[in-house]
Amino acid sequence: MNVQSPALTAKDYASDQEVRWCPGCGDYAILKAVQKTLAELQADTAKTVFISGIGCAARFPYYMSTYGFHTIHGRAPAIATGVKLTNPELDVWVVSGDGDALSIGGNHLLHALRRNVDLQILLFNNEIYGLTKGQYSPTSRVGTRSPSTPGGSIDTPVSAGAFALGAGARFFARSVDTQQKHLPEILKRAKAHKGTSLVEIFQNCIVYNDGAFDGFTERAVAADRQVLLEHGKPVIFGKENDKGLRLAEGKLVLEVVRLGENGVTEADILVHDETDRVMAGMLAALQPPHMPVALGVLYCDPTRSYETSVTDEVAAARKSHPSDLAELLHKGHTWTVS
Amino acid sequence: MEGSTALVADPSGRRVLDSAVVRFAGDSGDGMQLTGSQFTLSTALAGNDLATFPDFPAEIRAPVGTTFGVSAFQINFGARVIKTSGDELDVLVAMNPAALKVNLVDVKPHGLLILDSGAFNERNFTKAGYESDPRSDGSLKDYRVFEVDMSQMTQDALKDCGLTKKESLRCKNMWALGLIYWMFGRDRQATVDWLNEKFRRRTEIAHANIAALNAGHAFGETAEVGEDLAAFSVPPAEIAPGLYRNVTGAEALSWGLVAGAKGAELKLVFCSYPITPASSVLHALADLKDYGVVTFQAEDEIAAVCAAIGASYAGGVGVTSSSGPGVALKMEAVGLAISAELPLVIVNSQRAGPSTGMPTKTEQSDLYQSVFGRNGDAPLVVLAARSPADCFDVAIEAVRIATKYMTPVILLSDGYIANAAEPWHLPEADSLPRFPVAFETDPEGFHPFKRDPETLSRSWAVPGTPGLEHRIGGIEKASDSGNISYDPANHQLMTDLRRNKVLGVAKDVPPQAFEAGGADDKLVVVGWGSTYGPISRAVDNLRSEGLPVAHLHLRHIWPLPQNLEALLRGFDKILVPEMNDGQLVTLLRGEYLVPAESLSKVTGKPFKISEIEAAIRARLED
Ligand SMILES: Cc1ncc(C[n+]2csc(CCOP(=O)(O)OP(=O)(O)O)c2C)c(N)n1
Ligand code: SF4
Ligand SMILES: [Mg+2]
Repeated sequence: MNVQSPALTAKDYASDQEVRWCPGCGDYAILKAVQKTLAELQADTAKTVFISGIGCAARFPYYMSTYGFHTIHGRAPAIATGVKLTNPELDVWVVSGDGDALSIGGNHLLHALRRNVDLQILLFNNEIYGLTKGQYSPTSRVGTRSPSTPGGSIDTPVSAGAFALGAGARFFARSVDTQQKHLPEILKRAKAHKGTSLVEIFQNCIVYNDGAFDGFTERAVAADRQVLLEHGKPVIFGKENDKGLRLAEGKLVLEVVRLGENGVTEADILVHDETDRVMAGMLAALQPPHMPVALGVLYCDPTRSYETSVTDEVAAARKSHPSDLAELLHKGHTWTVS
Repeated sequence: MEGSTALVADPSGRRVLDSAVVRFAGDSGDGMQLTGSQFTLSTALAGNDLATFPDFPAEIRAPVGTTFGVSAFQINFGARVIKTSGDELDVLVAMNPAALKVNLVDVKPHGLLILDSGAFNERNFTKAGYESDPRSDGSLKDYRVFEVDMSQMTQDALKDCGLTKKESLRCKNMWALGLIYWMFGRDRQATVDWLNEKFRRRTEIAHANIAALNAGHAFGETAEVGEDLAAFSVPPAEIAPGLYRNVTGAEALSWGLVAGAKGAELKLVFCSYPITPASSVLHALADLKDYGVVTFQAEDEIAAVCAAIGASYAGGVGVTSSSGPGVALKMEAVGLAISAELPLVIVNSQRAGPSTGMPTKTEQSDLYQSVFGRNGDAPLVVLAARSPADCFDVAIEAVRIATKYMTPVILLSDGYIANAAEPWHLPEADSLPRFPVAFETDPEGFHPFKRDPETLSRSWAVPGTPGLEHRIGGIEKASDSGNISYDPANHQLMTDLRRNKVLGVAKDVPPQAFEAGGADDKLVVVGWGSTYGPISRAVDNLRSEGLPVAHLHLRHIWPLPQNLEALLRGFDKILVPEMNDGQLVTLLRGEYLVPAESLSKVTGKPFKISEIEAAIRARLED
């Protein structure tokens, strides 16, 4: 495929393979958004790699016309790390489910984030194990009934945002499968960030966990239950754009206030600073129905990426001392037998 | 048996020995490893052949003076070819009672014990668990004992050096080394140079150590040490001319991987997670950034193998390294590399198992794990190194096979090989094998599972190549397109292809040859890995007595060499010594239905030559 030609459309990023998710699955919408994003970026299919673990979400690479590697359950971040260490020029995307990323693969996600390998990690969070037919997952809310928790789950779920920030992630964002305007914008931000970008995408599993996110994604409630974050802008939401977040007086917690009520003006509202890790943590913790779900780029504070440092270290060593094999073998004490 | 033999005087009056086994033993803080490696260096420079083995305590900082804090270093050197670090000790240098207690069992009858009497006191007897003074209660009556207060002598020698008592005492290993140098007529210069270099920023320490070394040497020369501590000479061995160095298995393996990647003309990406006794390979390679080596200490063994797979996928040589427990964790991912048909080298420095087992003790018990230990029909190539220096060649071979056949290769080393050292005749760097990899670049008729009809290897198209975008994974794929396929006949075909590809590697390796003897002999000993030393010495010894015994030593564990079956069928008896409960023997019986018999040893220690000799004799007699 010719990179120079600006003619690539979203369709050019689709492979010839038939997409095999359940009809109505949120994964379709995400696939579409990703293809659209790549088209907008005119990404080079030859230099783009999708790497996934196992799960419904992980089928993703087969449907892309780029390079793709469908690997094993939970391990995609580790494999992607090896790819970047070998060829840092490649643009590497990881696609993972909530079980893949936060259960069996939690350790690898943790370490990819703290190392800051230049990857885009897309976490399709449907709060369920789709591929294995509907068991509860580590992000399922307490009380989730599933074949393995017939009486409702009892363990506390993990929050991807809190996990990522705790691991030292330098980029964390959120979007929703069906938000076809918002999602590509977020994906572009993730791609632009050099380092590990974790994007949590709320994805509806129509078969095993249908409507899990209706509480904040349904048309009727969305505006009041979501806040779309923008760096440098006040955190305002609501159908009438009349609600905002601010720090409660004397406490380190966020509260919802109404503009115009009790003398509250826009000047009182928290301004989103995506480089503020503490703020990101507070925003990530907001939960409906009392609080809006924070979507957008919660945190972005770039630092040197891991593979850059590794590559530079090797290059510097080679430059200061370009060695050959004979020299290596002869290093240290040798003696001649005649 | 290895060890001292003929005793004739040389012109200088020294008694001439054919070979000798010396072990330095002391507390882990006594510097026994340094002492041993310095003695090794001067012995190599004197032209002897040699083999060494360090024995570290399992504890990092065991209490001083206790038996579990004993560290030892053994060297066997001779005027003839040396194949093992020696069955029994001719000389044991024991720096304290605990060192004596732990190591006495290995000293041969009438062997020489050199003791630092300064450390033989009540406190140390108690710490070592001696109820009485072993020197006076008769426990040493079968040995020759030479006592000298090394602690005091060292302090006396260093009294003008301006060091504290504690600092002076730390030099007593050099005093002991000086004495042993005198015993065997060794030159001190290499050690003097080494000390000056090592302590170039603390010259007073360098001088003190050199003073201790010289004092120990002078003591031997001037003191009335009598018959017990006679001066010996071990003449140079007949060694092929050339340039030599000492290498441990871990070093040779690391350098072999570098040479292999160079042969393939690819970047070496080495991904590992620390584990005894495999970490030394990680350490060695981490220090080779100037050779373009990328090392990655992953979060666990699974991540390590996965990163290595990612490296190969991206067009590098992905290598991972561990020991048995870590390799167990890697196996799911190894299956992925088998299914996706990607090159991968997995180094296993085996240790005693199961589970944590005995991390610092050697064993060969991961052969089953290597050949069979994965889910599904998951064939790969298994190679085994026989000695420290052999690791270099086997590592190159592993990279060659992995990249040529697009297959994982398990390279088996073990704790003994990793730590042991031997002189290595350095190859010419220019003469090393070259096998440049040609990546697929042609979009015409491309699909990722297109195969070379000869090798059955699939084409290797790396991300970044325009026009070859494709998807691979661990799901079964159609043989003719690489697309996902659950077709029953296709799975049969792909299983056959994966099996035949790996079996086909046997056509690409030299036929199995005898190490000693041949088809006319009655009994053949079949070995693999680090049992090479004791087996070959045992077989040589018995052959020189005229016994009809031959030796085959396998580098290729899977696939087995093509001519092996025919070779084995020629023998009445087949004996397979292994440091496991009988694994290669089962493989040979299963493959060839031959009456191979196991000689098993799982004590965490290598075979003694005498043990193998006895087993062969017993079979030849009945
Ligand atoms: C080693 C291993 N253990 C278990 C499985 C079975 N398994 C496959 S996918 C999956 C969970 C998938 O859930 P998630 O990651 O949330 O992805 P989704 O299907 O929901 O997209 C499990 C348990 C497996 N394939 N491999
Ligand atoms: S099971 Fe759920 S997640 Fe999986 S494809 Fe079907 S709808 Fe999508
Ligand atoms: Mg899921």
